Amino acid sequence: MKGRKKWLSKLWMGLIFLFFYAPIAYIVVFSFNSGRSLTRMDGFSLQWYERMFSNGDMMDAMFYTILVAVIATVVSTIIGTVAAIGLSKSSRVLKTIVERVNDLPIMNPEIVTAIGLLMFFSALGVRKGLLTMILAHVMFCTPYVMLSVSPKLRSLDPNLADACMDLGATPWQALTKVIVPQIMPGIVSGALIAFTMSFDDFIISYFVTGNGVSNISILVYTMSKRINPSINALSTVVILLITVVLILVNLIPAMKERSEKKREERMEQV
Amino acid sequence: MRHFRTMVFPYLVWIAIMIVLPMLLIVLYAFTVRGNDVTTFRFTLENFAYFFSDAIFLDVLKRSLLIALATTAICVVIGYPTAYFIANALPTWHMRLVLLVTLPTWINMLVRTYAWMGILQDNGLINTFLEMIGLAPVKLLHTSFAVVLGMVYNFLPFMILQIHTSLTKMDQSLLEAASDLGASNVQRFLRVTLPLSLPGVISGITLVFLPAVSSFFIPKLLGGGQYVLIGNVIETQFLTSGNWNFGSAISMIMAVIIMISMYITKKVDRNASEGGGQG
Repeated sequence: MKGRKKWLSKLWMGLIFLFFYAPIAYIVVFSFNSGRSLTRMDGFSLQWYERMFSNGDMMDAMFYTILVAVIATVVSTIIGTVAAIGLSKSSRVLKTIVERVNDLPIMNPEIVTAIGLLMFFSALGVRKGLLTMILAHVMFCTPYVMLSVSPKLRSLDPNLADACMDLGATPWQALTKVIVPQIMPGIVSGALIAFTMSFDDFIISYFVTGNGVSNISILVYTMSKRINPSINALSTVVILLITVVLILVNLIPAMKERSEKKREERMEQV
Repeated sequence: MRHFRTMVFPYLVWIAIMIVLPMLLIVLYAFTVRGNDVTTFRFTLENFAYFFSDAIFLDVLKRSLLIALATTAICVVIGYPTAYFIANALPTWHMRLVLLVTLPTWINMLVRTYAWMGILQDNGLINTFLEMIGLAPVKLLHTSFAVVLGMVYNFLPFMILQIHTSLTKMDQSLLEAASDLGASNVQRFLRVTLPLSLPGVISGITLVFLPAVSSFFIPKLLGGGQYVLIGNVIETQFLTSGNWNFGSAISMIMAVIIMISMYITKKVDRNASEGGGQG
């Protein structure tokens, strides 16, 4: 009985992961197809990658995606961290208000946020393009940064900053030398969430961009009406990029720990 | 201490402009139509009346709700056992399995949806396979089946992760207590595990239903250009026909429907957990 149950759960999990990963594997495999077919591998070739790299639209989209993601990550991480620190010292009422407003872009369907921004930018008369896309991304990334930073702040001793300043630190020193290092894990995971949210965004970008500025998602959406194996190549690059980012994020703390351990060992030897 | 409090002020200005103002614009546009001059507008309920008096729009609304409900139901049915197996996996495998469920969600949704186009096409992977084993090809792409499949594929991880969290948070000693008191495995699951994991199911339902009811690129890619859900109507109003007032009204209707369904879901959850407590 027990053995059969285990076998059943293994089979189930196998099917689930087949469902999750088969489409991804399919894209990667067929990006190396030498023919146009999406069902038959005619042979191995890199021609779709060559075409991708010589396709101006695709390269532009890749450039804009990364540019917007990097700027949105940096800006929203700074804004979010600063706001979260300020909020942690604010009144209960203010906290509730900000949390409720932050929930709006998280809880609303993305398309609602998107049309709101679209009308807002056009009411202001801002030209749709790179600037509007960056502003929109900062807007929807910041609440996620705050969600990731705030719990870390809550677990800090509320008297920590006072203690620093009693010991002669300026508020700036207390902030940068004590508080920020303490909440660093929250800041880093907030930045990671912001980066992937921005990097993968489609709906909001699609509504607020214009004047030839597209990101990868928008390009896939507009190109997918016709079969174009270059999309497979582009998708593979996107999958690779995100995987590398995730591996780096998981590896850096491990590497840091290792180098710190090494330093400790060296200290012991000295 | 007070020094730091001022740090939140710039953000207050930012959210007032970037979050609150756009939301107010939607409400304003939904309840107005443009007057004769460009700058004038008048308040009206015409936009809502137009939507509810047109059978086509009502059909679209009905279809969107049905698709979203089907997606949510399938996600619960598939997601629950998956979360259960992960929660009961060996400790060494536990984190790996969670990571494997999370990983696809980090990959661009559009890319993952596009992948299904190639698989489901008339001469795609599945039909080629069917022909190989001597079966007649089936029309898969541009059907409701494809749309629901695409949604389940995109949103299932949210359901699994939510249920998994509530299952792992559960106090294991409760299960031991149930066994000690003579409960069978099935009883233990129905009377202890299931009621305690219900909050996870509920938040999973919210996380799946919300994007499913408002999605517009999954129906467009997998349902084809003729397949219209409420999200597609909103997209058209804003990007093609340019009737922002009507588009705003539709998105308000959608937002209200979502709020109502969340309210019902929460209510059901509360009743269920109260009932569980009494039983």
